[in-house]
Amino acid sequence: MKPRVAVHKFSSCDGCQLAFINDGKVLLGVTSLVDLVHFAEAGPVDPYAKVDIAFVEGSVSTPHEFEMIKKIRENSDYLVTIGACATSGGLQALRNTANAEEWFKGVYAHPEYLDNLKTATPISDHVTVDLELWGCPVSPKQVVTAVRWLLSGVQPSFPHDSMCLECKRQGNVCVLVTQGMPCMGPVTKGGCGALCPSFGRACYSCFGPSENPNTTSFGNRLEGLGLMPDEVARRFMMIHSNTPEFAKAGKHFKGIPVVEESKEGGN
Amino acid sequence: MNIEKKEINVPILARVEGEGALELEVLENKLKSLTLRIYEPPRLFEQFLVGRNYSDVVDIVARICGICPIAYQMSAAHAIESVFDIQPGPWVREMRRLFYCGEWIQSHSLHVHLLASPDFLNFNSALEMAKKYPNEVTRGLRIQELGHDIITLLGARSVNPVGACVGGFYKAPTMEEAKALLKKLKDAESEVADMVRWVATLPIPKFSHDITCVSLRHPDEYPFNEGHVVSNKGLDIPISEFNDHFEETHVPQSTSLHSHLNGEPYLVGPLARINNNFDLLPDKVKALVAETGVKYPSDNMFDSINARAVEIYYSVVEAIRILENYTCPDASRVEVKATKAGWGYGCTEAPRGICWHRYELDDAGKVKFSQIVPPTSQNYARIEEDLRMSLEELGLEHPDDELRLLAEMVIRNYDPCISCSVHFLDLRVDRS
Repeated sequence: MKPRVAVHKFSSCDGCQLAFINDGKVLLGVTSLVDLVHFAEAGPVDPYAKVDIAFVEGSVSTPHEFEMIKKIRENSDYLVTIGACATSGGLQALRNTANAEEWFKGVYAHPEYLDNLKTATPISDHVTVDLELWGCPVSPKQVVTAVRWLLSGVQPSFPHDSMCLECKRQGNVCVLVTQGMPCMGPVTKGGCGALCPSFGRACYSCFGPSENPNTTSFGNRLEGLGLMPDEVARRFMMIHSNTPEFAKAGKHFKGIPVVEESKEGGN
Repeated sequence: MNIEKKEINVPILARVEGEGALELEVLENKLKSLTLRIYEPPRLFEQFLVGRNYSDVVDIVARICGICPIAYQMSAAHAIESVFDIQPGPWVREMRRLFYCGEWIQSHSLHVHLLASPDFLNFNSALEMAKKYPNEVTRGLRIQELGHDIITLLGARSVNPVGACVGGFYKAPTMEEAKALLKKLKDAESEVADMVRWVATLPIPKFSHDITCVSLRHPDEYPFNEGHVVSNKGLDIPISEFNDHFEETHVPQSTSLHSHLNGEPYLVGPLARINNNFDLLPDKVKALVAETGVKYPSDNMFDSINARAVEIYYSVVEAIRILENYTCPDASRVEVKATKAGWGYGCTEAPRGICWHRYELDDAGKVKFSQIVPPTSQNYARIEEDLRMSLEELGLEHPDDELRLLAEMVIRNYDPCISCSVHFLDLRVDRS
């Protein structure tokens, strides 16, 4: 019997699960290795199935999701988060540092119809995660690599060093040093293929903080390029604002108004 | 008195993007209530755009929808350029059309092959269908790949592409890259036409509804980025007047807002677009449509899959035209400076229909206010109307399984992309 795999969706844009279906070769490759027992967007629906690997896209932002993730954990041997939302909270985690209730009121005529948590949090705030795939979005290559590693019992290893190394290996000219662009490469995990610098623009950190980033020193450098402190803060308070490293840097450079965070996930 | 009450629950809709559910209440073979529930959690994009520099907007709004990021990027870029009175020029204009061809090809192919056609051939999923129809499914995946190739040429990757900016593109493709893609598209053109012929043979249900079709309309071309907002019932307005005619309300069962045109449901998307703009398709595309026997305008929502197939073919033909005339520009974008405060409007044709944006910027180029009206919230009221009509037409005495299947097929015609539940602030419309 082939290993059983589920792909779940929480609060997200659907972009990461496309890594399974966007590339025909990946889709056919994955389905030859495993049985996709739950993958609502592709067809099969069985959210409570027992599986060998559960891939989870999206962050936890509703009471339903808060309950659901615990059940998925119980039903899965391995739980793998795919993408920024599941792994760090994603863009919508920006609400965690704002007054979320005011934000809901600003968008909805009837916020009382909604059933939301004040925060959007990563899966690892709620259950044990076995493997995290960073990226906004993750690539088809990352998900296939993860499936193959887990099936063959290999300890997975994705890069944790900075995007700069990837960029240098590609032979790109540094956009920060030569053109003064506020490139987040020095504090960002590699894995995307240094796409932005190779397109002549500054990285905006889709892949989250690299290992031990010196965010204060880096932020000072951005100020040296002419960015105002609140602009520096916003460079950190973007897709991965909820990671400890970038949250701290964001506060340090004082960006958007900060309300003290609560680490409790429940309400 | 014979009261038979049955409830049909479809807790998770398969093969739609995002998550939704449907509840029907039937009393004595009459539909008592019908609720399409969209429970995609709100992510509050319009709120966290506020206070950001205009240059962040294009990267942020891409993440509203992983399936149609370009639609959001293009609507935002046009809206912001309109604040600053910037005209990016003919090269950028053509490349934006090319970029959009890529998105239509990939999004429509995903829908035609993986999401919709299994319905008509009685399979639960494309994976099952692939066992019986391997050639059609793998051809579909190849066509989808063409879309990715186009997006990647200009955007570096197909989900959340990084190439577009206010003023144009960060990088111009090289002549070699453009030529290689042109060859690939030319080689594929005939199999794309075969796909259109195949889709036209699918046994689709025949329904006929009076549908209000809303789309962009440009005087000279099939619309992507520019034009007036028009309907088949006589509406013809500049995009800046959208809020005067369309309004969205917040209903209890959903995190997506309901949209109405002068109080009535309306349709956006490929069928509305082709119904309103068929005359603007190139002769080659019209000839292929004639060959398939499908007639536009069509009042059968199930022709949506045919409209998507035709738009895939059109996008391939249009991309070939653009790439045949491709030249490397001196600059791939115009210089942008935040020169003044003001309001800007953008409306472009996402694969699922018009995607309307409005921004207010301050004189430093920071966002003060944003309103984003995605296509699926516009179709929402129309989907519910369609479900009521179609289910009653089928007859509610039919077994639950048949009702459920038809309901799911009706919903999938709209290719609802539920993850785009971004919403907007419009307190005028709260009347309940």
